[in-house]
Amino acid sequence: MTSELDIFVGNTTLIDEDVYRLWLDGYSVSDAVALRVRSGILEQTGATAAVLQSDTMDHYRTFHMLERLLHAPPKLLHQLIFQIPPSRQALLIERYYAFDEAFVREVLGKKLSKGTKKDLDDISTKTGITLKSCRRQFDNFKRVFKVVEEMRGSLVDNIQQHFLLSDRLARDYAAIVFFANNRFETGKKKLQYLSFGDFAYCAELMIQNWTLGAVGEAPTHPDSQVDDMDVDLDKEFLQDLKELKMLVADKDLLDLHKSLVCTALRGKLGVFSEMEANFKNLSRGLVNVAAKLTHNKDVRDLFVDLVEKFVEPCRSDHWPLSDVRLFLNQYSASVHSLDGFRHQALWDRYMGTLRGCLLRLYHD
Amino acid sequence: MPGKLKVKIVAGRHLPVMDRASDLTDAFVEVKFGNTTFKTDVYLKSLNPQWNSEWFKFEVDDEDLQDEPLQITVLDHDTYSANDAIGKVYIDIDPLLYSEAATVISGWFPIYDTIHGIRGEINVVVKVDLFNDLNRFRQSSCGVKFFCTTSIPKCYRAVIIHGFVEELVVNEDPEYQWIDRIRTPRASNEARQRLISLMSGELQRKIGLKVLEMRGNAVVGYLQCFDLEGESGLVVRAIGTACTLDKLSSPAAFLPACSSPSKEMKESPLVHPPSHGCRSTHNSPIHTATGSRLTQNFSVSVPTLIYTGMGSGSAGKEGGPFKALLRQQTQSALEQRGGSPHRFCRRREFPFFTLTAFPPGFLVHVGGVVSARSVKLLDRIHNPDEPETRDAWWAEIRQEIKSHAKALGCHAVVGYSESTSICEEVCILSASGTAAVLNPRFLQDGTMEGCLEQRLEENLPAGCGFCHIPYDELNMPFPAHLTYCYNCRKQKVPDVLFTTIDLPIDATVIGKGCLIQARLCRLKKKAQAEANATAISNLLPFMEYEVHTQLMNKLKLKGMNALFGLRIQITVGENMLMGLASATGVYLAALPTPGGIQIAGKTPNDGSYEQHISHMQKKINDTIAKNKELYEISPPDISEEIIGSPIPEPRQRSRLLRSQSESSDEVTELDLSHGKKDAFVLEIDDTDAMEDVHSLLTDVPPPSGFYSCNTEIMPGINNWTSEIQMFTSVRVIRLSSLNLTNQALNKNFNDLCENLLKSLYFKLRSMIPCCLCHVNFTVSLPEDELIQVTVTAVAITFDKNQALQTAKTHVEKSLQRASTDNEELLQFPLELCSDSLPSHPFPPAKEHLESASSNSGIPAAQRATSVDYSSFADRCSSWIELIKLKAQTIRRGSIKTTVTVEKASPMGEGNFRNRSTPPCANSTVGVVKMTPLSFIPGAKITKYLGIINMFFIRETTSLREEGGVSGFLHAFIAEVFAMVRAHVAALGGNAVVSYIMKQCVFMENPNKNQAQCLINVSGDAVVFVRESELEVVSTQQPTTNCPPSCAGGEVTT
Repeated sequence: MTSELDIFVGNTTLIDEDVYRLWLDGYSVSDAVALRVRSGILEQTGATAAVLQSDTMDHYRTFHMLERLLHAPPKLLHQLIFQIPPSRQALLIERYYAFDEAFVREVLGKKLSKGTKKDLDDISTKTGITLKSCRRQFDNFKRVFKVVEEMRGSLVDNIQQHFLLSDRLARDYAAIVFFANNRFETGKKKLQYLSFGDFAYCAELMIQNWTLGAVGEAPTHPDSQVDDMDVDLDKEFLQDLKELKMLVADKDLLDLHKSLVCTALRGKLGVFSEMEANFKNLSRGLVNVAAKLTHNKDVRDLFVDLVEKFVEPCRSDHWPLSDVRLFLNQYSASVHSLDGFRHQALWDRYMGTLRGCLLRLYHD
Repeated sequence: MPGKLKVKIVAGRHLPVMDRASDLTDAFVEVKFGNTTFKTDVYLKSLNPQWNSEWFKFEVDDEDLQDEPLQITVLDHDTYSANDAIGKVYIDIDPLLYSEAATVISGWFPIYDTIHGIRGEINVVVKVDLFNDLNRFRQSSCGVKFFCTTSIPKCYRAVIIHGFVEELVVNEDPEYQWIDRIRTPRASNEARQRLISLMSGELQRKIGLKVLEMRGNAVVGYLQCFDLEGESGLVVRAIGTACTLDKLSSPAAFLPACSSPSKEMKESPLVHPPSHGCRSTHNSPIHTATGSRLTQNFSVSVPTLIYTGMGSGSAGKEGGPFKALLRQQTQSALEQRGGSPHRFCRRREFPFFTLTAFPPGFLVHVGGVVSARSVKLLDRIHNPDEPETRDAWWAEIRQEIKSHAKALGCHAVVGYSESTSICEEVCILSASGTAAVLNPRFLQDGTMEGCLEQRLEENLPAGCGFCHIPYDELNMPFPAHLTYCYNCRKQKVPDVLFTTIDLPIDATVIGKGCLIQARLCRLKKKAQAEANATAISNLLPFMEYEVHTQLMNKLKLKGMNALFGLRIQITVGENMLMGLASATGVYLAALPTPGGIQIAGKTPNDGSYEQHISHMQKKINDTIAKNKELYEISPPDISEEIIGSPIPEPRQRSRLLRSQSESSDEVTELDLSHGKKDAFVLEIDDTDAMEDVHSLLTDVPPPSGFYSCNTEIMPGINNWTSEIQMFTSVRVIRLSSLNLTNQALNKNFNDLCENLLKSLYFKLRSMIPCCLCHVNFTVSLPEDELIQVTVTAVAITFDKNQALQTAKTHVEKSLQRASTDNEELLQFPLELCSDSLPSHPFPPAKEHLESASSNSGIPAAQRATSVDYSSFADRCSSWIELIKLKAQTIRRGSIKTTVTVEKASPMGEGNFRNRSTPPCANSTVGVVKMTPLSFIPGAKITKYLGIINMFFIRETTSLREEGGVSGFLHAFIAEVFAMVRAHVAALGGNAVVSYIMKQCVFMENPNKNQAQCLINVSGDAVVFVRESELEVVSTQQPTTNCPPSCAGGEVTT
């Protein structure tokens, strides 16, 4: 006696959260059944393995049918085939678009192309996440990227509207899209200590301050084809950043800056002497990063540079985070007192964001 | 020109990509009714076209309006080649033809293609202007309402129940026409769908005409079936009960008819005469095949069985169907001697009723189950306009049913249904029902006057009257063990009662009920034509007998004494016959306590054998004891002398005794000596019998927190919460052809059903405590070694705390039930009259209401909170709302469409402003509930919008790609649900009640990577309002008079 066909269809589509998770995690039906058995569900319910097998198959089939709709979540809301309560729809979408930290760290900043997709095998082996799950996550990134890449308006809002994600998840996706578009390098060994959350935080600050969308209505050329306002960095701004170079190139200015910072921080900083000794190096590092941002290559290395030029030197001198904060605040603020320096607004736009990023990046 | 049909095509969405080059579609729509076709403009390059067409107007006869479906075809325009069809929508406009139902059909319909399934949706608005000269047109029957519900619909009152209506129409099956060889599968499927739609329209119209002739205005319990007879054609047949219904609009009209059951009883002049007896027999009259028919229309009439309880201790010993046959012969002899006490005085040919639940007081006595089967050989229907052969076949069977009912001393058959099973050219026709004596007051005047004369002027005892035997005790046509009724002590009752109806509301039941199934397979040699039919008809009586024995054994094993909703299905296959009987077992307080089951061995000398037997006996006794505990069966303990006494005890004494026993909480222990007295003896004389006993013990009870029944409501549970889940589950197993013995077959079939049930329990575990209601199993044998079982049921949650409360004494319970019933009946008029007749004297009703609510204990608000999602999900839904709002304001295109949906949906804001956040306000797609029951727990049906009767075919030539047979059928059934829901929503409804999947014919050819499936579903589209919301409305708007029809009117405008 073999079961040829075995289905269960409810007027309200049954969604088992546990099975959904197993499915999302990319387990095969038999693996999922084994895992469920191990969870002790048989003992709890008095069911047999055969029942569990049939139940799992049913759910997998349902999820498989739902997957097509999950690719365009608004469709899930409007479709008529599956009657699912709104809260369940939200759960389905949210879980489907959720991703693994380990995975996102591997792909963050990489081009979401076929080439990367081929590397998923390695990523799967490295992270222990099933290939299936890796594919889903990668495809999600790519799908979201494709949809919002060319779109006007707020990146987060666009993502929320087209994928009906929660605010938190939409922000994460905004970061992923932003990183993918600007191809920031995140995979270098010295960046391994950073979490996705660190990068996402930086991405948010950069989107808010450094993109075209940040300026507002893209006022200079309203009729130009600047579609992706939130996704691309403001080219003009990056060009202007060269002007900051004088802060380190002009010896007087640099000395004046240093003395202003030192005066203000004397007695307040535990690592004052280290700071005093390193001030010029640090300042040079920060300003040079700004000046280099005109080249795409250097944009990509932004995080590598920040870690190399600032985070690592401070860390080797054992600066506590509070000192870093004090220093950076004073470092940015003192520029306003430099009479010879005219690019105050530019400096604020640059340093305001950079300060936030550096503070987030500064940890072990 | 009595009607004008107006159609407007608004928009489409989610269309499939038809042009690979542009990834877009150039869609347009053809609207066809009868022979007239209109087209919309082509909407270029869009998957979400906005046609916004003019009103297409069809001027048509109302006859056509009834017969023809509106056919909407969505196509992709192609300049150079033929236009490609995207899919179709068939809309049955019948609901628009009667005044009280829907006034407009408007909403999103899934665009369906028989090869690709659902491909996007289309927004359509349909209206009908009827001219007022309907009565001249005798060919049409506009205005007759149809209900699938097998009881009087909730917001109506039955003025007269006229009786049985039937009709059938035949045609050639397009699938078997010569043209099918040259046309595409799609064309062939569509021809079939269209033909069946047309035929069912015609059938409904013809039935309507009969109803008008009978001066009725509605058909209740309408059951329409298709017989796919293959080469020989396609039969669409329907049966129903003609009624004259009154819309409940004023309390004055309402009250006298069916207020409280007890009141009704008192008024009723009817009591059964003492000469009546009750009957329980499995009785099989054999009509041998008549030679004359063999030539052209081969026909074998099969022994018919009249079920009731088997006489105590009889089955095993009397054994064998031969005895049964003998018994039957004596029965017919008795019949001739004038066994029937009633003089029949009927105007209708068949006093049959398809209803399974009745207004209080309608059902006077129940005799037992009557059924008839006959095996026929199909031949080509030569002249579709003269379906005489099929008519004659059914007439024959009905005649037989009638005579069986007569033999049981009954003048009517209730819970009547008909079915067929077809394999190649052999067809088994079956009919069954419950013989009953009815209160003539409800029937058409004079129909049953004969019975009236016999009545005595005495009160009917509440809760047990229907159990009293309607037949003559002295002329019992079968041996039955009669005792005095355990409730009233005045009339005789049988020891066991089988019926096809639902449990009467006023019946007194002890404990809970449970689903009882008998399952049986019999191998049969492959044969041709007559030989085959003969072989089948020879097997049938044995099967019926065994099914009955199994039912009886299982019933005893459960410690119960009555079966309700009995449905026996015999399915014929190439090389086997399958029998599946389902029923709900209960313990009726009026019937005697069932004896145990006693096992007797054949060879008493063998010591080890003896030991084995006694071991078995112990196991059986344990099971019975366990079941009694499980189903809370603790009947009042009545001493032996009373039971044995032939003289009816004075009423008061027995009452005293009963109340004493009721107050004791002790569970009566299984008394073996008692068991011996009238135990049911199973004789183990061969391995078969051994198997039977074993199979008895293999049925596992449902896990705790689960109950199941195949009736509308579960006896003993009446505190339903509002969460319901209707589902369909299908399983097909392949038998290994090697070891096909009857035993192996039986085991396979048994396992199949048991595993299926286990799976259901597992899947629905989150709903515990819950009850599976209306569990409906259907068996088919699509191929040699395949068995297909389809189950449709609804899981309803109930409140556990209150369940404990109800597990007190049965008297209290029945009281409570009666009062809740009153609440159901009375609440509505109460609200209606609250201000228009403020001083209306209504004390009893109010009392009932109060007592009901106090009895039910749980506050309404608590009952309403059914679905509990995790907080996470809640948060999700709230922000998803926000996003959607944003999205709508941004993308203007989508706003329009959502608005239309909300307009069409009855759940849209405007109707009940006061309701607390309706569930569907969260979604643009309104929630449509589906249930096989005639009611929705915790809600009131305010309007019936019309019948839903849909037939779909789905075919695939890429079975593997669609996920194999399971993937294919899963998707198809989901699509069928979706289409039903869409039609209901478009009618302005929010639920389908009395939903039934009448057919699910699945065929596969994995080698060719093909599969095909036909599904036929039906039900009643309704508008319901949650009781909690009703209360809000009535309390917050105390000064406005708002009749239900008005509330319903708002919904659709």
